[in-house]
Amino acid sequence: MERFEYASPVSRKEAVGLLAETWGETEILAGGTDVLSRMKDYVSTPKRLVSLKRIKDLKGVHYAPGHGLRIGSMATLREIKVNTYVQRYYPALVDTANLIRSQQLHSMGTIGGSLLQRPRCWYYRLGYGLLAQYEGKSLPPEGDNRYHAILGNSGPAYFTSPSTFAPILIALEARVELLGPSGSRTIPLEKLFTTPTKTGEREHTLHPNEIVTEILVPPAGGIRSAVHEIRQKEGLDWALTAAAVALHMKDNTVRSARVVLGQVAPVPWDSQEAAHALVGKTLSEQVAEAAGKAAVSEATPLSMNGYKVQLTRVAVKRAVLQAAKGGA
Amino acid sequence: MKTKRGQGPEKGTGNVSRRDFLRGAGVAVSGTLLVGESMAEPAEASGQARGPGEVPVTLRINGEARQLDLEPRVTLLDALRDRLGITGAKKVCDRATCGACTVLLDDEPVYACTVLAIEAEGHNVTTIEHFSKGGQLHPVMKAFVDHDAQQCGFCTPGFVMASIAFLKNHPNPSLEEVEKGLGGNLCRCGTYHGIRLAVLEAAKTMTAQDEGGSIHG
Amino acid sequence: MASCKYAWPPVGHRGLIGQSISRIDGPAKSSGRAKYTYDVKLPGMLYGACLRSAYAHAKITAVDTSAAAKMPGVKGIRVIQGVGKEIQWAGDEIVEVAATTEQAAQDAVRAIKVEYQQLPFFVNEANLQKDQAASRTKPASELKVGDPDKAFAEDGVVIHEGHYGVPVITHCCLEAHGHATEWTGPKNLRTHSSTQGVSALPMQFAEALNIPSANVEVICQYMGGGFGSKFQMDRWGQYTALLAKDTGKPVKYLLERAAEQEVAGCRPSGFARVKVAARKDGTLTAWESECWGTGGPGPSGILPIPYVLDIPNRIRRHTFVSTNIGPSRAWRAPNHPQSCLLTMAPLDDLAAKLNMDPLELLMKNAHLAPENLGKVYREELQKAAELAEWSKLWHPRGEKTSGHLKRGLGVSFHTWGGRGHVSNCLFSIEPDGSVVAELGSQDLGTGTRTVIAVVAADTLGLPVGAVTVKIGDSRYPYDGPSGGSTTVGGVSASTRRAAVDARDSLFAAVAPALGVPADQLVAVGGTIQAKNDPTKRLSWKQACAKLGGRKIQTTGKNPGECMLGSSGVGGVTAADVSVDVETGLVRINRMVAVQDCGLIIDMKTAKSQCYGALIMGIGYSLFEEKIMDNITGRMLNPNMEFYKLCSLPDIGELVVHMMTGPGYDERGVIGLGEPPVISPGAAISNAVANAIGVRVPTLPITPEKVLAALAKGGVA
Repeated sequence: MERFEYASPVSRKEAVGLLAETWGETEILAGGTDVLSRMKDYVSTPKRLVSLKRIKDLKGVHYAPGHGLRIGSMATLREIKVNTYVQRYYPALVDTANLIRSQQLHSMGTIGGSLLQRPRCWYYRLGYGLLAQYEGKSLPPEGDNRYHAILGNSGPAYFTSPSTFAPILIALEARVELLGPSGSRTIPLEKLFTTPTKTGEREHTLHPNEIVTEILVPPAGGIRSAVHEIRQKEGLDWALTAAAVALHMKDNTVRSARVVLGQVAPVPWDSQEAAHALVGKTLSEQVAEAAGKAAVSEATPLSMNGYKVQLTRVAVKRAVLQAAKGGA
Repeated sequence: MKTKRGQGPEKGTGNVSRRDFLRGAGVAVSGTLLVGESMAEPAEASGQARGPGEVPVTLRINGEARQLDLEPRVTLLDALRDRLGITGAKKVCDRATCGACTVLLDDEPVYACTVLAIEAEGHNVTTIEHFSKGGQLHPVMKAFVDHDAQQCGFCTPGFVMASIAFLKNHPNPSLEEVEKGLGGNLCRCGTYHGIRLAVLEAAKTMTAQDEGGSIHG
Repeated sequence: MASCKYAWPPVGHRGLIGQSISRIDGPAKSSGRAKYTYDVKLPGMLYGACLRSAYAHAKITAVDTSAAAKMPGVKGIRVIQGVGKEIQWAGDEIVEVAATTEQAAQDAVRAIKVEYQQLPFFVNEANLQKDQAASRTKPASELKVGDPDKAFAEDGVVIHEGHYGVPVITHCCLEAHGHATEWTGPKNLRTHSSTQGVSALPMQFAEALNIPSANVEVICQYMGGGFGSKFQMDRWGQYTALLAKDTGKPVKYLLERAAEQEVAGCRPSGFARVKVAARKDGTLTAWESECWGTGGPGPSGILPIPYVLDIPNRIRRHTFVSTNIGPSRAWRAPNHPQSCLLTMAPLDDLAAKLNMDPLELLMKNAHLAPENLGKVYREELQKAAELAEWSKLWHPRGEKTSGHLKRGLGVSFHTWGGRGHVSNCLFSIEPDGSVVAELGSQDLGTGTRTVIAVVAADTLGLPVGAVTVKIGDSRYPYDGPSGGSTTVGGVSASTRRAAVDARDSLFAAVAPALGVPADQLVAVGGTIQAKNDPTKRLSWKQACAKLGGRKIQTTGKNPGECMLGSSGVGGVTAADVSVDVETGLVRINRMVAVQDCGLIIDMKTAKSQCYGALIMGIGYSLFEEKIMDNITGRMLNPNMEFYKLCSLPDIGELVVHMMTGPGYDERGVIGLGEPPVISPGAAISNAVANAIGVRVPTLPITPEKVLAALAKGGVA
């Protein structure tokens, strides 16, 4: 790890003031599990690290009927998991936390960090840059791409979005509040993510001197939601693919649906095709199967990750069936 | 960078306020002192960066305040092991994956390899050494011995700490809960069979002790 | 043999031997008090760090350490491989630095400038045609017995042909390789080393540093895993010592995790095209294999296939493939896990082709195993079948029930030598009653300390805690390195001999006081008493007080008088798995290990070896692979996130049965570290094939490979 100066402001505004206007100068420290690992690998070398840990009003999980859930970006996964309102109204979020099989990460990891962690692409982590360039070429297409993207992978980004929480939160129509020097803005969570097209761009639309302050999840009455992740190990491990499903039901019919995939594309992949396959249908094994198929209908696997197409199809099917049973 | 910066890399010239640094330190001649339960968070004028050179950091470890001069980049694990000689927590993956470095931060389990020492200021750090003070083994440690839940032993302190933390939240766990609950630690020798038996047994012992009114941990 | 005074006590006369005894250093480990090499902090100690090659094959054209030398805290720099040297694998050592903190050392490494001329490299050997096209192959051996061609042509034989493989995996020791080293005089070195060979390391340091071997002290009280990879001082050990010399300070350097994965751990791969034949009744008649594998740039072991079974007509060819990956090191049961899978998987496939239960096929052919093993295997197969509920759960290939989870069973057997190594035990009984055993051995976590204590205590009729065991320091008498399951046989025998002699000396000293001839005395229950008259007795302390202030000191050796150990064990592993045919995920329901290892000293730590081996076996069967990149030449998973070790919820139910009693105990003590880790790969692979009806040809059995296999056939 290179040397850096450490700042731990106590207010949101101070935090923003400590952040540089360009990427690379400063990094935000939330739970730290990703950023410190990147710094140890010299993948990130900020001159200053701005810890958000002492900003009290970034913590906490609040629920208000009619408004829904308000999660401070520094709320830990454990806070979310044990919150009684989350357990009652958003059980899929509890399930999502439990996919991360590490009580240590539950204590350390924050919801903001889960959304803003950087990709696990091994070329990126070995220092070849987010777009994994080597001698002028992209590494993943001809290299070892077993864990890379199968959707949205026309290049030059081939990594996958690693966030465990982004898919379910997007499926639940969450919005995210950001604070920058000129004030705050609130955007749909999916707008926080973008596919970089050239070196220097990031996979987040967050500005370098912005912080995520809150995640706002609308009331989930009448929604059936579920997550399904396919992991090699039962213990702590990165998913090979993940699906989050939120279904607005009318009687037994799907009125609207969102199906969001994780670990398959450079962004959390909001599958219109899968959603379309569900709307107006009565849930059944066949309908779930059709949704799974639709989710991967546009998949363009690389040389070694064709299996992820099948896994994603199954993850969607299982998430839909789980949601059909009334959710998590 | 346009934001204001700390005053530079030299030791002790960061903008930490001497006031709060000294708050609990009035009697500190040996570098070790006892402070009250409610150790305040560092309250230096906020917004001012410290480092990148060494800055004074006070850590509260197993109930004792320890003062160190550390660069902000020093992890809690390195501070414990290299500076303080508290070596129960081990460095293995060094990337928040294997759990060998598990300590408690305000009673919650964390990977000490991925917490900065400076972040731990104002929080209670509990290491495995705390749980065998006076040579008495914690029930979890005893169960690890009885069930041979250890071979080379390098992952063992991390597993013991993870188990203690787990049992706090799951005093009467099922086998499945134990298995999943300890999924954030890794062992290479393959001691998991003994570990799951040990944790189940420790749960029983600790519950019985609790009912009997004695205090553990 | 019964007349030999050192012989192990017979059944009924064993106080502690064979009992389940908790390891004596358990409390130190579970409380975190145990100090490992990584935990050593010496006064004024500097921290090492190493610049490593980012290229798999390159010539060094420039090294500039001048900027690093000026950095704060940097006290020493040593170029390990300078201009002109040809690097053969990424991660190889180029410059080692010593500085006042680990961070400062790493900063210095970052400031060193090295220029390389890149050279062509080759890092993936799974495809033999590609290996040959790249001119990376070297024929290594050919072995022919009988007349395979004729046997394959025999009328009515059933022939199976297939391709199988086991990739390179790493040792992934949790405590990295390394040393904390100081000079205690101009030619005197003391080093704390994470090693499997406390007594062997002084020679290596002495030679590398040109000092007398007797001036080197190696200390290793606790070590965090070796698995065969920690027999050498290694280049970083030599340079850590040199930096300590340069700086006049102790220097500690343990490998960073990425380096540990890249350069300090490599089990050679093994791939094979196999053809095997049997008569319709399952009698194996012929074998032919074309086998290849890599152990890095140099040669690796030749895989002894067909494994265990001497099929009467057989031919095997082995080809080395040289690659630019970190060089191979012995990995728990060298060559055996690979050979086992490359044999037992094709036999299982042949059984399927014969419509035969594979257990029956193994039973039928067990006699092809050398010496007495056939009998052992048959008994063990029977036991394993019982514990795995084989007759209830086994079905012909491909579970036909509906649903996406398919259950299957698989079985395999294995062998290992495990004869005790050279061992010397210096044994003392003090006039105050204390008992001390000193051996230059080491406890890798296998329970060596405990075994020594149990043998000594059993011999003297004392509780385990009455014995002080001193190991882990080369100042103690020479003992063999802990490899190949040789330690327990070595230390138990030397300790037994020393303890018997010491006990007999004590008998001689107290005989007059008791008025009983020395040869009529026994040591039991903390007393010395007359064999036929328990009223004539002295407590242990009283007895030792009769020594008149002189301590008894004896030396026990191995090898030595009386047969106290032998070699050649058999073991069987059965696996019970469920495969999700939609996702390709394999989950372990149950693993059964049935193992023979002669006379067991401590049942608890013996079983731990088997449980651990099953778990390690699950890991290398399902998750582990050193993934090398064809474009950059680097290891892509030099961490513990994507180099996936088995985790706690992955292991299923584990059942271990030790073969003991008549027919087993008489063989004396035999090592156990290696054997149970051999078969899990084959057993799990076979179980998966049984579940889904088709073979996943190579380990690890990932979802990707299961789905690919299913696409070619099977039950899905």
